[in-house]
Amino acid sequence: MKILVPVKRVPDPTQKAKIKDGHIDLTGASWIVNTFDEYAVETALRLLENGESNTRTAGSEIVVVTIGPDDAAKELRTTLAMGADRAIHVVAKDEELDSLVVVKVLSGIIAAEKPDVVILGKQAVDGDANQVGQMLAGALGWPQATFAASIETQGNAFVVGREVDGGVEYKKVPTPAVITVDLRIVASHAVQNGVTPKTFAYGGEGARLPSLKGIMAAKKKPMATAKLGDYGAEPAPVIKEVNVTLPPPRAAGQIVADIPTLVKKLAEEAKVI
Amino acid sequence: MSNVLAFCEFQDGALRTSALSNLAFAREAAKAHGGDVVILLVGHGAQAASAAAAKYASKVIVVDDPKLEHYLAETYAPILADQAKANNAAVVTATATAIGKDVMPRVASALGAGMASDIAKLGDAKNRFVRPILAGNAYSTVEISTPTICVTARQSEFEPAAELGSAGNVSTAPAGTIDAKGAEFVKLDAQKSDRPDLGDAKVVVSGGRGMKNGENFKVLEELADLLGAAMGASRAATDAGMVPADWQVGQTGKIVAPNLYFAVAISGAIQHLAGMKGSKTIVAINKNKDEPIFQVADYGIVQEWEKAVPELISEIKKLKASR
Repeated sequence: MKILVPVKRVPDPTQKAKIKDGHIDLTGASWIVNTFDEYAVETALRLLENGESNTRTAGSEIVVVTIGPDDAAKELRTTLAMGADRAIHVVAKDEELDSLVVVKVLSGIIAAEKPDVVILGKQAVDGDANQVGQMLAGALGWPQATFAASIETQGNAFVVGREVDGGVEYKKVPTPAVITVDLRIVASHAVQNGVTPKTFAYGGEGARLPSLKGIMAAKKKPMATAKLGDYGAEPAPVIKEVNVTLPPPRAAGQIVADIPTLVKKLAEEAKVI
Repeated sequence: MSNVLAFCEFQDGALRTSALSNLAFAREAAKAHGGDVVILLVGHGAQAASAAAAKYASKVIVVDDPKLEHYLAETYAPILADQAKANNAAVVTATATAIGKDVMPRVASALGAGMASDIAKLGDAKNRFVRPILAGNAYSTVEISTPTICVTARQSEFEPAAELGSAGNVSTAPAGTIDAKGAEFVKLDAQKSDRPDLGDAKVVVSGGRGMKNGENFKVLEELADLLGAAMGASRAATDAGMVPADWQVGQTGKIVAPNLYFAVAISGAIQHLAGMKGSKTIVAINKNKDEPIFQVADYGIVQEWEKAVPELISEIKKLKASR
């Protein structure tokens, strides 16, 4: 099985947001692989390995793709160090992109690479748009399973547990398909590929960290570079950011001495009970 | 190209409360464009909800087919796209629910439309939208230059639309070719609850890691039932399996803005604050006075929940009895 994982680099979300000239100031920002995309790489690895014996399924391949400036090669290399096999870096400036441009480029790459499944994060934690996976599935005419909290391989299909309002919906999609992953996809038993024993529990919280061996191996793994025009995409976004503002801070509250005082204040001051 | 097509979810012959927020945005957008709101109901049993929907717009279109019983993005998105074209829609909108977020980008793809996700309000021009980014730590105004624009509206940012004085016109439209692209609905493991939906509730009672286990949430549920509240939780509590995952309030869970929010034994990680800081009144109960939750709380109680919550229940009962 061949899995394509598009990834995006994002500014480290633990940094405090600052504004400069009406936009987020990214001067000196440190960058990371978008958390949900990191989980997508982790999911691809769990689908294509025996987690217990730590061996990859013969003939399987994971191709990672990013669209971004020269610097973005660094985060792409991180995903190779996690265990992806090959990378494609489409070099473009962030301001040349929007979700439709990204989908156009990815569609072109998918036409050439012919993966069995595309797995990506449900959203990037900078723009929080949550669009690319669904748009891509639509553009390809493929089925989609978004917000995956669990995936089970069933022959040439996947049964995906999706966290929806009011419970978990199970949806079956045949390959080729687009799957977007949510937080709980990295839970210890969330991915069942029929190879890793059901009793095996993945440890830790989140995606695997690259091992030293993985980091060394990643240096030799192939990374092709391309440009937007190679896939017929124009650097002409139709979604443009006009400006960014920070919300006003919440007014300071009060520490209340005891519960009877709290109930009195809720009833008489805030008038909410 | 001036109408607004509002895709509305329904249940048991009525619009979902979440759909009324979508309609509130749709009316603003229609006013800005100089057009009308057209409500679109899709599904099996959609006809039953059409009379209820007609109270909110002058035109309601129903696409009803047994093959549409279970929502699938693959079958619904082409219907939304077709109806957008048939109704000269400048804007296609849905509430940012699990279904809205799943289907709308696929509709945008079919229409070649730019999309604004999870918006908080209409901007200073009809093609500008204000939306939270960076987990709600900033607000971005985006401008979209395609003839048709797709939008999902954040439920907590729009007051539910009120009924209009007269009922609108209901018509039906054919579903066209229904092709699920091989996708199948298997089942829904529903979390049954008599409590209000987390997204709609006027009061929310949430517990965090400090509750230690699921059994301990029972006392919070007692408080919730006393106040007619929905139950919520921090990511730490849902990840630990104490309570169902769909109770999670936060950037990656539900975004809520009730009148009253109780955060019990929740430290107040940025992730969680992003999901609840729009609440009108926030009460934090935590034994550690240095937790960040106290920086957003209107009222803070520095006590162990084991002592504070039972006392809170008894004091509220006393208050209710005195009224």
